[in-house]
Amino acid sequence: MTTPSQTVGPFLAIALSWPDGPYVVQEGTPCAIWLRGRVLDGEGEPIVDALVETWQADPQGRFDHPDDPRGAVPGFRGFGRSETVDGEYAVLTVKPGRVPDERGGLQAPHLDVSVFARGLLDRVVTRIYFADEEQANREDDVLASLPDDAARATLLAQPSADGYRLDLVLQGADETVFFAV
Amino acid sequence: MTQTASAHSALARYRSEPEAHPPLASPDYVSTRLRSPLRPPVPLPQRLTELTGPLLGEGRITDLDSDLTRQGEAEPLGQRILVQGQVRDDDGRPVPHALLEIWQANAAGRYAHLRDQWPAPLDPNFVGLGRTLTDADGRYRFTTIRPGAYPWGNHHNAWRPAHIHFSLFGRAFTQRLVTQMYFPDDVLIPYDPIALAVPEASRGRLVSSFSMADTQPNWALAYIFDIVLRGRDATPFEAPHEEDE
Repeated sequence: MTTPSQTVGPFLAIALSWPDGPYVVQEGTPCAIWLRGRVLDGEGEPIVDALVETWQADPQGRFDHPDDPRGAVPGFRGFGRSETVDGEYAVLTVKPGRVPDERGGLQAPHLDVSVFARGLLDRVVTRIYFADEEQANREDDVLASLPDDAARATLLAQPSADGYRLDLVLQGADETVFFAV
Repeated sequence: MTQTASAHSALARYRSEPEAHPPLASPDYVSTRLRSPLRPPVPLPQRLTELTGPLLGEGRITDLDSDLTRQGEAEPLGQRILVQGQVRDDDGRPVPHALLEIWQANAAGRYAHLRDQWPAPLDPNFVGLGRTLTDADGRYRFTTIRPGAYPWGNHHNAWRPAHIHFSLFGRAFTQRLVTQMYFPDDVLIPYDPIALAVPEASRGRLVSSFSMADTQPNWALAYIFDIVLRGRDATPFEAPHEEDE
């Protein structure tokens, strides 16, 4: 009997905009990267009232969370939150380490992503991987479960001048792979 | 690695109840038409990234943040109300110390947001933002004013019923929820494509109830809105063995 989801509507920024939202790590953190991209609708238009949230492990693949059976490693917030007011989300973070799967293997570095917007009655969930982690990506069974390279490509952030870029496409031929979690 | 994997597999997964939620493609709500994905979502196994999540709020919240009537120089206009309830999971367990963020229109149905331009008055004493953490028993309480209904451009003569937006993190990425609370007996709910997008069987869970017992005499009316996040499978949590370290 869970409570149903509803859209964030167009005025989410009143509450969900935090000055430090985009900063998973502080500016000046060694190896910090900007993750940037647009959120696009079914006509390829940038959505300017979306919110992108990210959740990830620290560079050693650990979480500051009591439910991690390996133990919590305090200090890394792991969470980023960015509106798309200027047409893009932008999150300053560090590349996550590899996190074990339940089969004794390691997942490729990834962030879990939620997208909220007017017109989305529930969040949509995806993952951001890194295009330059070819070996780890080949070993990742979530990526392997996708139908083809075109589907995988929608999750691969490409290196850019100050980090990585990945557009999130809500609908259409280039639609991002979204997950049911 | 094998030991880590065994501890990992002892973690209980969160159940989902997709039939409780509105379909993303709900064309009567026109903004869904170009924003809802066309392909079915791919199942994602729940692993450590999905079973953990941001535990935020400590140090981010002050007592004033849960009283939306005390954030201006004077009190905002409108009917003063308490909105309170319990956040629990689908197994009835309270969700303690969890961040709640709410936002809403003022008593005239206008948001303090640049893009809300319909001609209802702004209230200089009302921002419409509230934050709090649930207590050890999952309970929360906000003091605010009852928001007004407002028109929107979805279709001819479209009006949103009075509502308060709620955002919750719960304990794990998987439990994240954004929703809206409505008021009992609001005559606009049956006309609202956003509320109607929710399947009829679960729609009532978004409607608060009036509580005379919790009403504060000579001060404020009270509404109860309990929020239920996803529960976990029956698999018992097993503490990791020492050799996992």
